[in-house]
Amino acid sequence: MAITGPCVYAGGMTANVTADTAAPLVRMRGVQKHFGDFQALKDIDLDVHRGEVVVVIGPSGSGKSTLCRTINRLETIGEGSITVDGRDLPEEGTALARLRSDVGMVFQAFNLFAHLTILDNVTLGPIRVRGMKKGEAEKLALSLLDRVGVAHQAGKYPAQLSGGQQQRVAIARSLAMKPKIMLFDEPTSALDPEMINEVLDTMVELAEEGMTMVVVTHEMGFARKAAHRVVFMADGEIVEVAGPEEFFTNPQSDRARDFLSKILTQ
Amino acid sequence: MDFTSLLEIFASGTLGTLRLFAVTLVGCLVGGTVLAAMRVSPTPVLRGTAAAYVNIVRNTPLTLVMFFCVLGLPYLDIRFSETASINSFALACLALIAYTSCFVAEVLRSGIATIPVGQAEAARSIGLTFSQSLRLVILPQAFRTVIPPMGSVIIAMLKNTSIASAFNNRELISAMRNAIEIRGDIVIPLLFATALVYLLLALILGRVFDYLEKKWVILR
Repeated sequence: MAITGPCVYAGGMTANVTADTAAPLVRMRGVQKHFGDFQALKDIDLDVHRGEVVVVIGPSGSGKSTLCRTINRLETIGEGSITVDGRDLPEEGTALARLRSDVGMVFQAFNLFAHLTILDNVTLGPIRVRGMKKGEAEKLALSLLDRVGVAHQAGKYPAQLSGGQQQRVAIARSLAMKPKIMLFDEPTSALDPEMINEVLDTMVELAEEGMTMVVVTHEMGFARKAAHRVVFMADGEIVEVAGPEEFFTNPQSDRARDFLSKILTQ
Repeated sequence: MDFTSLLEIFASGTLGTLRLFAVTLVGCLVGGTVLAAMRVSPTPVLRGTAAAYVNIVRNTPLTLVMFFCVLGLPYLDIRFSETASINSFALACLALIAYTSCFVAEVLRSGIATIPVGQAEAARSIGLTFSQSLRLVILPQAFRTVIPPMGSVIIAMLKNTSIASAFNNRELISAMRNAIEIRGDIVIPLLFATALVYLLLALILGRVFDYLEKKWVILR
């Protein structure tokens, strides 16, 4: 498969990808994943280039969260290969821990450390993984918390914050590691409607600053606004890959048309 | 024999019990944490070893564990001190630690099981190693959630120190026996006095655990 120029993706779709001389940051080839008899991922081929925002959508149970979680090996894969920044994902151990420190992850359930203050949530990684001094880490954390708009809550505990605030802290916690790529696993699905936008705004800002992102979401507005490419999944397969305009105005596959008609008429 | 001398006997006995308790407390918390960590580790050998240890030692009467330490270890030429009383103290502490660690480990393991799996995933995703995420994220939360049952284990341990009296240790029960030998005419009051001291110590411990439970509560 061509790395540069317009590429042909699984499903025979063409998409315009900005020519990138560097190798893709994430490369997935022939990835298969089973949960018992159920095949969650079927022969996944996907490249994510530096600075690219890839939005993964599809019906629930289509494997999009699993795909996202295989990239930092929170889910192991059966067959195939995944490389991040040119290196194969290592086995569980210190090498994998080091790789994960470069791959930010934001979860549906926020997963802030419940026993630590907001500030300590953000400084834990820089201090323990990067070996940063406490004062330096706190300065970094406060500037990131300020950037996501929750600096005034630094001394509180996660449960004292709203869902939207917690998710923005989770984004700051990931950013504190200065990741090469950020994975978002349905970051707004657990939020009350009025809090969704404050999180999406933060994500759009990140995208505009050039962060490489893989975003699993049901927020079509975000996909339209920030995505470079939309990956549509169903039944564990990548069915269609296209630019957001193309995908939303002229989906090629029946399943994508069917999916879009259902969610857009809601 | 006058009241003051009896009081002195009981005071030194209480001190002996507290010494056994303090050393065992530190030891069993450390030992129990290590065992619990082994039981949830990804290494099968560690998991198996810890499970076997817990299942064997937990199901052996403490008195027998003490016999193994007091009679078995000297047989293997293991001695902690030339001074008999210090050696007896160390052996009793060792037996209490070996035994209580199993219960501490099981309580902690149940606490670890209550921590949402997302906490460990978040810890791993920022690059913490397995032992770091256990140490910095999982165990601190597990400890906080198991304070009430941990209190019961520790109070049971406090009372279990009484078995050390049969193995040449100076503590409350040996002090009581001493007092009874001198004042056989007031056996029943002496028994009650001893029970009262245990009761007081246990109630104080209970209050400490209540305080910790409130102080360390984790909002979710």
